[in-house]
Amino acid sequence: MSLTREFTKGIYKENPVFRLALGMCPFLAVTSSVENALGMGVAAGFVLICSNFLVALLRSVIPSKVRIPCYIVIIATFVTLVDLIMNAYLPDLHRSLGIFIPLIVVNCIILGRAEGFANRNTVPAALADALGMGVGFTFAMVVMATFREILGSGTWLGINLLGSPYSNQPILIAILAPGAFILMGFILGFFNMIDNRRKGGAL
Amino acid sequence: MNPFLLPTILASTSGTPDSGFSFGALMAIIIGAIFINNFVLSRFLGICPFLGVSKQLDSAVGMGAAVIFVMALATLGSWVVYHLLLVPLGITYLRTIAFIIIIASLVQLVEMILQKFSPALYQALGIFLPLITTNCAILGVAVLNIDEKFGLGYSLVHAVAAGIGFTLALVLMAGLRERLDQAPVPRSLRGLPIAFLVAGAMSIAFLGFAGLGG
Repeated sequence: MSLTREFTKGIYKENPVFRLALGMCPFLAVTSSVENALGMGVAAGFVLICSNFLVALLRSVIPSKVRIPCYIVIIATFVTLVDLIMNAYLPDLHRSLGIFIPLIVVNCIILGRAEGFANRNTVPAALADALGMGVGFTFAMVVMATFREILGSGTWLGINLLGSPYSNQPILIAILAPGAFILMGFILGFFNMIDNRRKGGAL
Repeated sequence: MNPFLLPTILASTSGTPDSGFSFGALMAIIIGAIFINNFVLSRFLGICPFLGVSKQLDSAVGMGAAVIFVMALATLGSWVVYHLLLVPLGITYLRTIAFIIIIASLVQLVEMILQKFSPALYQALGIFLPLITTNCAILGVAVLNIDEKFGLGYSLVHAVAAGIGFTLALVLMAGLRERLDQAPVPRSLRGLPIAFLVAGAMSIAFLGFAGLGG
């Protein structure tokens, strides 16, 4: 399979969030603003690329019985790296992402790609896969955050789009916890609807 | 460590044995973790098992029990390692790696002990245990306890309360989903989408507890 195909499959066809429903916890938690979503996407993407690279590189060295603990330690190392770098250079973003930075360790997308792809593919393929999945995850989060931030605060990436009459009294629930669940329900429903329409039959 | 300090360490909220025990603080932690900051519905921790294991009521109860148990154990392990090993050695930046290793090995240990000594309990909880290692609520509660500077006693109370909150959300969700099976849901919304919408409605209800904090 060509590298471009490995890359592009993560963006739509096998999008980790919209298609496979993985990585839900950070996805729902940090998408209340586009800035947080971008920060989380880049952080998780970085960990994904580095860990996929290392897992693919070491795939013949790691004994298969202890592979999961090895993957977890590899992932945790890169998460610690991201944690320290963000704390040093982007302290505000680090504070608003809070507990979800250390929790990148248990993001199912990352362990899933290590176990499901990187450990049986070459380094370039694993890198392309990780890049695609990282972009797909970030893209999904930015889409969700766009809806939530515009509805919930009337802004996009901090820019006031809808004017002060709206941003003084926005649909606040969109950036609260229930808004995340409800919007996610409708987005997944929308993707199902596209599939159902393609297959024909009732919606 | 001076063993006579243990009672004060158990009660302290700051991790250092100087502040005392307070019933109000304890209640605030319990009510806060179960209702106001419910791990699933307002902190978004443990969404995967919340959606994955909430299709039937009895498996939801089993998963909840396993999570409460592992949360308490993981909190004990991570608190002890953090305050008695990482802090004195000045290597607190290894926290994430240390905690995930503790949780993974604890889960493995619990699984082996249960299998050997209580096959009945293993039958009931066994299938949920491997899933728990990657349950972000477990690592989440361990990290939160450190961030909030809870003492060991408060940490354990917080962990058990968080587990109860998780179980509450899971059991409520399972009850709703058992009824959803009979409901005429539009085809595109069947499965996960409707589960998210229901979770949203539950989350709105839990938002009503926010005033309890005062």
